[in-house]
Amino acid sequence: MKLQRVVVLGFLFALFDVSGVNAADDLSHPEKLYNTYCAQCHGLNRNGKGINSPQMSVQPRDHTDAKGMGDIPDDELEHAIRDGGLAVNKSVLMPNWGKVLSDEEIKELVKYLRAVCKCGNKSEGK
Amino acid sequence: MSQRNNSDWNEAQSDMRQMLIVLLLLGVPTWVAAADGNDILQSKCSACHTTTKPDNPGLDHIWTRQGPDLHYAGSKFRQEWLVQWLQTPSRIRPAGEFYFKHVKAGSGVDEIDESTLQPHMKLAPDEARAVAEALMKKTAPADVIPKGTYRDEKTNMTMGSMFFNKLRGCASCHQSAVGVGGNSGPELYTASQRLQPDYVYAYIQDPQKIDPHVWMPNLSLSQTDIQRLTSYILQLSPAQTSKGGGQL
Repeated sequence: MKLQRVVVLGFLFALFDVSGVNAADDLSHPEKLYNTYCAQCHGLNRNGKGINSPQMSVQPRDHTDAKGMGDIPDDELEHAIRDGGLAVNKSVLMPNWGKVLSDEEIKELVKYLRAVCKCGNKSEGK
Repeated sequence: MSQRNNSDWNEAQSDMRQMLIVLLLLGVPTWVAAADGNDILQSKCSACHTTTKPDNPGLDHIWTRQGPDLHYAGSKFRQEWLVQWLQTPSRIRPAGEFYFKHVKAGSGVDEIDESTLQPHMKLAPDEARAVAEALMKKTAPADVIPKGTYRDEKTNMTMGSMFFNKLRGCASCHQSAVGVGGNSGPELYTASQRLQPDYVYAYIQDPQKIDPHVWMPNLSLSQTDIQRLTSYILQLSPAQTSKGGGQL
């Protein structure tokens, strides 16, 4: 009887995913995208100290900077990733990734950046 | 008369034997070498490089391969460079292929993790020639690397440098002189010895069309820009000083 209760509870946990991690929050794909495309400049620690950064005339953004990242709304982050730094009045050294990443992947990356900076989720413009 | 005929016949036979020997010397080794080239590719190279085009390679392909794809090598490399490099290989990408696997977090900035980078195998001269010959037969479809897109015209190096370094940001990832530039992309001061001009042009235009999911951005550049950058890159050389070629 006790065993049955444990099995039923286990089933319910799996069904409703009470751990809070569901498919929509799975950040493994955007993390892989970040490691493929972004880490070369923004770094393994996401702090803007990537392997390309030493000789860059403008330093890549520190994605762990909660204050700096918190001031940028989601739509601006999306715009910067898709269309590059110039599109949001930042450095040309941030390239446009819109031809490489899908819109969905860019949205996933924005979600991932929010997890990295631990700085909330702004959807409105400033 | 009959003696003369016999003598002519013997002479002709002797000539034919000599011709046969010459043909064998010229023809057979070439045939054998070509066969060896593909055999060597299969036995020594295919563990790290794809030598046939993968079907719909996903992002994982970038993460699992150990070296650049070679299925379009005949449209990419210069044969004479391949022959030399395969005998005396040196690192072309400062952080290796693929960069993420060979980088470690340093105290300040990320660093290249030299302990993870293995030297490329060396081939004997005859093996190198055979492999280069076999690789040159592996060409890309004409719509992927079109022939004749690059116009062989010099560009002004100061202007080229400004675009490469400042306006288009290529130097973030690529080195235009030894130690000058970024680390995640291949060095470009050896591009003219290593690469075919039309390949450089096509790759700048659409890197992912040639190498799906590769970590170089597609900057949506105009043909004027691509022509200028290709010409600039092909005018770089290892002896280049920072002036014009390497300044950031």
